Amino acid sequence: MPVIRSPKDFWAGLIYLAVGLFALYVAQDYAMGSAVRMGPGYFPKVLGSLLALIGLIALVRGLLRPGEAIGRLAWRETLIVLGATMLFGLLLRGGGLVLSLVVLVVASAYASRRFKLKPAVLLAAGLAAFCVLVFIKGLGIPLALLGRWF
Amino acid sequence: MELLANLALGFDTAFTLTNLLYCLAGVALGTLIGVLPGLGPVATIAMLLPVTFGLPPVSALIMLAGIYYGAQYGGSTTAILVNLPGETSSVVTALDGYQMARQGQAGKALATAAIGSFFAGTVATFLLAVFAPPLAEFALKFGPAEYFSLMVLGLIASVVLAHGSLLHAIGMIVLGLLLGIMGTDVNSGMARYTFDLPELADGISFVVLAMGMFGLGEIIRNLEHEEVRSAMVTKVSGLMPSKADFKRIAAPILRGTGLGAVLGILPGGGAILAAFAAYSVEKKISPNAAQFGKGAIEGVAAPESANNAGAQTSFIPMLTLGIPSNPVMALMIGALIIQGIQPGPMVMVEQPALFWGIIASMWIGNLFLIVLNLPLIGLWVRLITIPYHVLYPAILVFCAIGVFSINNREFDIYLMALFGLLGYVFAKLDCEPAPMLLGFILGPMMEEYLRRALLISRGDPLVLVTRPISATMLALAVVALFLVLMPAFRKTREEAFQEEE
Repeated sequence: MPVIRSPKDFWAGLIYLAVGLFALYVAQDYAMGSAVRMGPGYFPKVLGSLLALIGLIALVRGLLRPGEAIGRLAWRETLIVLGATMLFGLLLRGGGLVLSLVVLVVASAYASRRFKLKPAVLLAAGLAAFCVLVFIKGLGIPLALLGRWF
Repeated sequence: MELLANLALGFDTAFTLTNLLYCLAGVALGTLIGVLPGLGPVATIAMLLPVTFGLPPVSALIMLAGIYYGAQYGGSTTAILVNLPGETSSVVTALDGYQMARQGQAGKALATAAIGSFFAGTVATFLLAVFAPPLAEFALKFGPAEYFSLMVLGLIASVVLAHGSLLHAIGMIVLGLLLGIMGTDVNSGMARYTFDLPELADGISFVVLAMGMFGLGEIIRNLEHEEVRSAMVTKVSGLMPSKADFKRIAAPILRGTGLGAVLGILPGGGAILAAFAAYSVEKKISPNAAQFGKGAIEGVAAPESANNAGAQTSFIPMLTLGIPSNPVMALMIGALIIQGIQPGPMVMVEQPALFWGIIASMWIGNLFLIVLNLPLIGLWVRLITIPYHVLYPAILVFCAIGVFSINNREFDIYLMALFGLLGYVFAKLDCEPAPMLLGFILGPMMEEYLRRALLISRGDPLVLVTRPISATMLALAVVALFLVLMPAFRKTREEAFQEEE
């Protein structure tokens, strides 16, 4: 019999517990204040303790009560989608909107099992034209078409 | 007649050309995202918030509201035609609606959904106009203690009425509250949880949080179960229901509207719960109960009326008390704050044109929706065939540009990616992101109200239970919490959501 009987409860509990304890640890420098004048540390400490307690309950429940398995984690899709998003941020100033947008679209489209390069590039071109017209020309968002690298 | 004068003011505001256009844009966009599976109103409204910065507050809210109730209409179209609910609230519509479509009655099912929604929308708009003013007047008597207790009650009620594990819902709320108080403390000027990052000095923008958890998180979830959608769409013909059909749907529409209107007001309620509850009730009391699940027209009429009524009455607590009952309302509150309007009972007094303009625009929007959805149904049907692998890169682009444009900095894009990861992880662990967003919005308000309540009472925490209104609300919260721990109630709660499986 596995030690962790309900992985969903267990891992969610662990996250709550960790965040709660971390919140308490950081908040130890914040003043509690007096009863009349609640200090900046009062609310964070109460919430941090509460979250840690909830986490502990969920964690123990995960050990005692059987539950569903978590199932396959889509690591490949997660990495591609989030990586493409970060890349967009990294390229935005240097490369400009057009380049970073094309990179974002083509890279993120790769996460799909139905990815084909040519349609993805076409989609990127269409979206780039649309976004330049709407966001830069229309709404005046201060973004360069081509960044300082060009 | 004060009510008529108020409504006249509302229609005056809503009937300007600009506002009509924004209303039309809102409901058309709402229908669009309702039709497109994998893109919900929360992510869409979050994406559009930065765009609304430059608009006048009335136009911005009219458009955003239109997206929300428009999505309820669009969601039912896909549910009926291809058995793919565009929105969670149309999941139950798919049960009988798709069966009707398979039997060649797609047109009738669509028309029933539209008529039910329109009727419910009209009634709910009227209810909103009647009940909002007295509620707002009552709320003007509230002090900080009452507000704090009301928020506690609201959060507890949202846990009770939400589906999924109770413990995790409370955990997500507390997590949201903690995230909400990040940034500079308004009273002491102390930077809390900013980790010396100047970007965090003003706290996390709720647009970043919402787009990450609901936008990016959803995309990864959808990619995990990426399926090829059948492009097979039934031909739509014979729109008008017969006289006999009208007789069959009249009572379910009335019941659905009533149930939806009540459930929409409750915290944690709104369109989704309303639709599920209306379907279960109808299945129990309908004379055609045996037909349910096999194409009963009542099974389309009741939940469709309920979800639209619920979508609209959920504006009542948002507009009168400044308290969000679901994530969409939380975003609306954010939109008000961005516009420099403090949400709460004073909105109605100080901004009557805004308040009544939104209400009037809802009725106009419902009229637009009938026109958009029935004669133009063919256009929306064609949109269903857009495959997801074309759709999600576009969603990502709009999320990224939208988040960047709030403060013109890349930091927010990285933060959004982080919340996307969190959103996916929590989804895998069956932790709903909706309570977290509610907690996030309410966190700073709750701290401020508690602080003020204690200041007024000279540090006596008993002020929360010695003031009658505050005590009543806390007592209700305790009762709700106990109820949900009782085995009998727990079973009913699980039954209410079982149709989703």
